[in-house]
Amino acid sequence: MIDWSGYIGLILEGAWVTVQLTLMGSALAVVVAFAAGLGRVSRFTAVRALATTYIEFFRGTSIFVQLFWVYFVLPFAGITLTPLQAGVLALGLNVGAYGAEVVRGAVKAIGREQREACIALNLSRYQAMRHIILPQALPLMLPTFGNNAIELLKGTAVVSLISLTDMTFQAQVVRAQTGSTLIPFATILVLYFVMAWVISLGMRWLERRVSRGLDGVRV
Amino acid sequence: MSEPIIRIDNIVKRYGPLTVLDGLSMEVLPGEKLALIGPSGSGKTTILRILMTLETISDGFIQVDGEQLYHMKKAGSLIAADERHLHKMREKIGMVFQHFNLFPHKCVLDNVTLAPMLTKGIARAAAEKRAMELLDMVGLADKAKSMPAQLSGGQKQRVAIARALALSPKIMLFDEVTSALDPELVEEVLNVMRKLAAETDMTMLLVTHEMGFAHDFADRVLFFDRGKIVEEGKPADIFRHPKQERTQTFLRKIIAAGHRV
Repeated sequence: MIDWSGYIGLILEGAWVTVQLTLMGSALAVVVAFAAGLGRVSRFTAVRALATTYIEFFRGTSIFVQLFWVYFVLPFAGITLTPLQAGVLALGLNVGAYGAEVVRGAVKAIGREQREACIALNLSRYQAMRHIILPQALPLMLPTFGNNAIELLKGTAVVSLISLTDMTFQAQVVRAQTGSTLIPFATILVLYFVMAWVISLGMRWLERRVSRGLDGVRV
Repeated sequence: MSEPIIRIDNIVKRYGPLTVLDGLSMEVLPGEKLALIGPSGSGKTTILRILMTLETISDGFIQVDGEQLYHMKKAGSLIAADERHLHKMREKIGMVFQHFNLFPHKCVLDNVTLAPMLTKGIARAAAEKRAMELLDMVGLADKAKSMPAQLSGGQKQRVAIARALALSPKIMLFDEVTSALDPELVEEVLNVMRKLAAETDMTMLLVTHEMGFAHDFADRVLFFDRGKIVEEGKPADIFRHPKQERTQTFLRKIIAAGHRV
């Protein structure tokens, strides 16, 4: 008879790594998404070009390849990262590229009328973005941001390829040691689902919070 | 005779191959109430939008309150205005839009106080005091904490007027401010504007299809067609005895459509 408690403990340790990767990766993704997304709508051509290049590159290549570059190729350029740092960087940059398009789309969706009101009230571009456009664009971004965060969570499994002991990696270890496939993989199936569900709930709560008073009405 | 506060000199506005304004010139005196009327597409709204720097001009010059709007002097020659110059010029001008363009995520009071606080550095307490006076003037002091979505169209437009006034512009532009309103709400907005015209010496330019209101409100009426001023004069002359055939045709159509003169 196998003593499962130790093995489950192993999987839970992996789950903690997955949670860390998801949280830090998402944080980086949000920062990058806003930087690149606002860069896409900049009035400066160079900024727009830079943002577009970043977005197209990271959307157009696979997360798998990006991770290998960050972990195995960057050291040749003198930048050596721990597996966790490499994982966060690759995941954050990858998902951030998708997020950037969400930011751009939401900002564009706040129409001409609001922009013109800002000009007529003599707000600067920064003031208009900060006080008028972004607060209205944010509720539009959140549902897709939620999707992206869940994608990122599931994407964390690829980091097992650079020897990071995340949840999927640990499940494989347990499977190899016990010969049981059902129990470790059923466990991580449930854990992934619970984590995704927590993200969903969190995003729904945030959505309600930021759209308070808006009632989905454009005035 | 005082100097004109707005001097439009031979301006051209093109959208691609379409020329909307073709060599238009006009002047507006300080304190004057001007009504711009004419068929849609005649260029009257474009003039307001150009004055508010929402559109640029393809050619020509505009002087507002003694300074070039789209140009500035640098080393003795006139060059295109930069963002800073435009900010300075926009202080002189306010605009009220057909669709109100209130900020839906801010309450009525914040809609009115936002710009004075941000652009003029006025403290919140002072900005709110002034905003309450203005909301009182437009009859909406009790709605200060309401969100725009809770207001009727007429109330929204009155808030928009208060918001524009909060920056104390010398010139106010009203772009078809009652066109998006249900008929029974038009009068409450027009009343506010009548009051404004009577109580202030602000220069006001009004694009409207409310001929009756234009008649009572304006010192001078300009009739536009195809980017040109076809006829101008005192309201009584334009509305009762239009000289140009195009003016007569337009007024006939408007009356047939149920607008009163």
